[in-house]
Amino acid sequence: MAIHVHLVDQPFNPGALLGPFTNAHPGYGGLASFIGAVRADDDVRALELLHYEKMTGPGMEALAEEAVHRFELLGLLVMHRHGVMEPGEPIVMVAACARHRRGAIGAVDYCMDHLKSDSWFWKREQRADGWHWIEPRDEDHSDLARWSK
Amino acid sequence: MAVKLVFLGKLADLAGAPERDVAGPLDWDGLLAELGPQLAAQVQSDKVKLALDGALVSDKATLAAPDGSEIALLPPVSGG
Repeated sequence: MAIHVHLVDQPFNPGALLGPFTNAHPGYGGLASFIGAVRADDDVRALELLHYEKMTGPGMEALAEEAVHRFELLGLLVMHRHGVMEPGEPIVMVAACARHRRGAIGAVDYCMDHLKSDSWFWKREQRADGWHWIEPRDEDHSDLARWSK
Repeated sequence: MAVKLVFLGKLADLAGAPERDVAGPLDWDGLLAELGPQLAAQVQSDKVKLALDGALVSDKATLAAPDGSEIALLPPVSGG
């Protein structure tokens, strides 16, 4: 069982990560992955994610540990950017390996909900008229609440 | 010695800088006095959390930051 958690300030290639992650878990029954990128729409020119050194990485590690136990995973990969990103660039990638598909799919969903609205990141968008901080949406909170029922 | 204040997200814009050193030790009332009215109002809101040396402070009023420590002011998060 392997947990890989990375907080990076450079672009990454999700496809190049998925192959080695899959190969590292021979005998798995299901693998699910999610990639979130900066949408190429509206008038968003760039997106910046800020983090807090003392808490963001440790929080991601704790989230990954929790997901591995909750969904009985064989392996979990969590990759998250910080810094300034342009439309089309991946922001986040989660991949989970499990014995069965529900564990893998559930773990990815769980990690994404927690990364969106329960991890130490702050997001702002650059539009034509400058930078705007993005507040969490109500849906983000209701998505998160599903896991505490 | 001093206490380092770290302002995350939009609070850094309000503070005019991502961090600031202030005289320590610092308690809750001392923090509010250091912040000035606008930031103090923000940090008094339930939406803004406080961390001392990387650990969340569950009751902000009990804050006791010794010399050399770091207080982070954490507004609502949005990642992913």
